[in-house]
Amino acid sequence: MVSSALPAAVTGIGLVTPAGIGRDESWSGVLSGVSPAATDHVLADAGVPVDFDCRVPGFDPVALLGRKAARRLDRFVQLAIVAAREAVADSGLDPATWDATRVGVVIGCGMGGAETWETQHSRMLEHGPARVSPLLIPMLVPNMVAGHLAMEFGAKGPNLVTATACASGATAIGTARDLLRTGACDIVITGGTEAGLTPLAMSGFAQMGALSGRREDPAAASRPFDVDRDGFVAGEAAGILILERPEDARARGARVYGAVRGYGASADAHHETAPDPDGNGAERAIRAALADAGLAPADVDHVNAHGTSTPLNDVAEARTLRRVLGDGFSVTSTKGVTGHTLGAAGAIEAAFSLLTIVHGQVPPTANLESQDPEIELDVVAKAPRDQAVEVVVSNSFGFGGQNAVLVLTRD
Amino acid sequence: MASPVYEKVAELLVEKFGVDESEISPEATFEDLDLDSLDLVEFALAAEEQLGVRISDEEAEQLETLDDTVKLLESKGAKVGGE
Repeated sequence: MVSSALPAAVTGIGLVTPAGIGRDESWSGVLSGVSPAATDHVLADAGVPVDFDCRVPGFDPVALLGRKAARRLDRFVQLAIVAAREAVADSGLDPATWDATRVGVVIGCGMGGAETWETQHSRMLEHGPARVSPLLIPMLVPNMVAGHLAMEFGAKGPNLVTATACASGATAIGTARDLLRTGACDIVITGGTEAGLTPLAMSGFAQMGALSGRREDPAAASRPFDVDRDGFVAGEAAGILILERPEDARARGARVYGAVRGYGASADAHHETAPDPDGNGAERAIRAALADAGLAPADVDHVNAHGTSTPLNDVAEARTLRRVLGDGFSVTSTKGVTGHTLGAAGAIEAAFSLLTIVHGQVPPTANLESQDPEIELDVVAKAPRDQAVEVVVSNSFGFGGQNAVLVLTRD
Repeated sequence: MASPVYEKVAELLVEKFGVDESEISPEATFEDLDLDSLDLVEFALAAEEQLGVRISDEEAEQLETLDDTVKLLESKGAKVGGE
């Protein structure tokens, strides 16, 4: 099939996830199929009814970024800077010599500086408005992550943050691809970040009934597609990709992980948080992404599912995948390991999709012991599966009914 | 011998503001220490909490060196805990 699409080459990957700090650490973590979810003492001490989550293990902002950045940056920016440094170094691009005005930054983020909001709000209630930090606003506004990456690397092209809740990271990568396609940029630093595991935010998710209540066994709580799933496990993460036009990547002899070949977006126009039970919005996004890639449903080898482990999402997504793609493709949800990292999810999953292509290995869906009979998919469980993968569909669906689907290919 | 207030200011700058201890001297300016106007407001809040004196925004804007800062704090009766 001849593609009319202009793909974007991915030449760098940086990951900071609950599975580990760094691309290789995160990849081995998801291949292990072991969830790092654990009791979070900050939540437990605050009496939050769901007191476990998936934090990035051993993330020490002072050691990684220095005391000044540890103090002046909210955690969602800190995670993104560490991931972006890895991605830029990995790409072999040199920020000292690139044409800065042609380098864009597009990052997805659902919430912004949740921790800063809460700390400073408590301070105001306790000590009065005069004690509120002058850093409150620069630390919490979601767009600041793109601003900081611009400062970090001297990237002076288009610079923005996308907010489509749990689809934010995928929306960012699709938007970044479009900036290359229109010629507005030559290089885009893109991805997603989220650090919202605060007592207030987690209370909100718990009150919605969105979270798993498996407090007695957190590591078994995120179990996408399993018959005993009861909600998602919230996580924090950042995932960054470096995108360039394939001819530019070839010309400089860059190592290419694969391509962002298709992007499709849609809205359910149905409900704030519940997926459309017919999956029409998700279906349109998948079809749009495939059409954009110039590929047919039968070309798809593998799906990195949204797979949140909520009762509603997983069954609706499974029905949609069957209807649109038929069969003959494997499925995984890496959220079994990482938990649901919200605005970062679409980005880290795009990275895992590319690593699946590169390594020929599909990570298992953690905790999938007894597949829900309503989910008629070939879901990879227990151990990684060796599979030659050329085309991956990566789904992300956000609260608000916002759907973003990426098609990632070998070339 | 440096005054207790100077020692406290130095400690705040190192512990809370991430300033390298070797860069701290009475003559050092906030600019030398890579602290901007937002940091200065934050510093004034921290001084209020830890030394019990209030520096107004106008006063904070006038501060240049650590020596100026310590003198202003001392003139306002800054006390280091246990003194």
